[in-house]
Amino acid sequence: MNERKTLYKWYWVWEFEKEERWLNEMAMQGWALCGVGFRRYTFERCEPGAYTVRLEMREPDAEYLDFMHEIGAEYLGRVVKWIYFRKRAEYGPFDLFSDLDSRIAHLDRIAKALWLIGLANLLIGSVNCFDGHSIGVVNLLCATLLMYGLGRIEGKKEALERERELHE
Amino acid sequence: MNKDLALTEATYYILLSLVEPRHGYGIMQQAEALSAGRVRLAAGTLYGALSSLCDKGWIRLLPVEAGSRKKEYVLTDEGFRVLRAELARLRELVTSGDYVLGGLEQ
Repeated sequence: MNERKTLYKWYWVWEFEKEERWLNEMAMQGWALCGVGFRRYTFERCEPGAYTVRLEMREPDAEYLDFMHEIGAEYLGRVVKWIYFRKRAEYGPFDLFSDLDSRIAHLDRIAKALWLIGLANLLIGSVNCFDGHSIGVVNLLCATLLMYGLGRIEGKKEALERERELHE
Repeated sequence: MNKDLALTEATYYILLSLVEPRHGYGIMQQAEALSAGRVRLAAGTLYGALSSLCDKGWIRLLPVEAGSRKKEYVLTDEGFRVLRAELARLRELVTSGDYVLGGLEQ
């Protein structure tokens, strides 16, 4: 029986690179991610460094998952719009993005999602506040936080776009 | 879209790999082999590029064999044309570079 453990941890959307680094540090320590849930990470014992873990925001359509399967990556599951993969290190390096264009496109997907949810919260919050429901304040706080996140993502995107002017 | 625009390195190596039919993983391996290990196409990047290249008509999907989930791609005639045009452009870059820097070194 494989030894397992579950950890609960919170990462903001704009910290997805930090989250990925943490998951790979866990793999280096002999804990490979094997399941995900909301704030929940399940690990199983592995040889230290046996896996590379990657995550991205994308719809997990069957065609993409087939493609990932073909290149030897294992789909671990999704949390809201984020999907998680791992690949055995012995099968070779595993990265999701190898050029600036696809990194920018990924940040763009995140920014669009934040916009949509932020805008929805702003609208619902405003309507509720007008109607005198104090719950609207929660929505407005959410909207503020999402807009902050959007700023962080846009900042990352702009840095890449500046680099894109000189490199590909 | 301007036909004279430069190809990205990823696009160039994907097209070069597809002069004969290959599936996703085969393209990654071939690009790495051709560039002596320097060019490593990442999964998401390659996936996105393959669907744009199909849309452009530079590569096409081969009929999938029964019972297999692996998709194979191959260059189209237009893809060959684009690749040859890019090679001519790259030669010009090298010639210009040699001309200017070679002159300085002498």
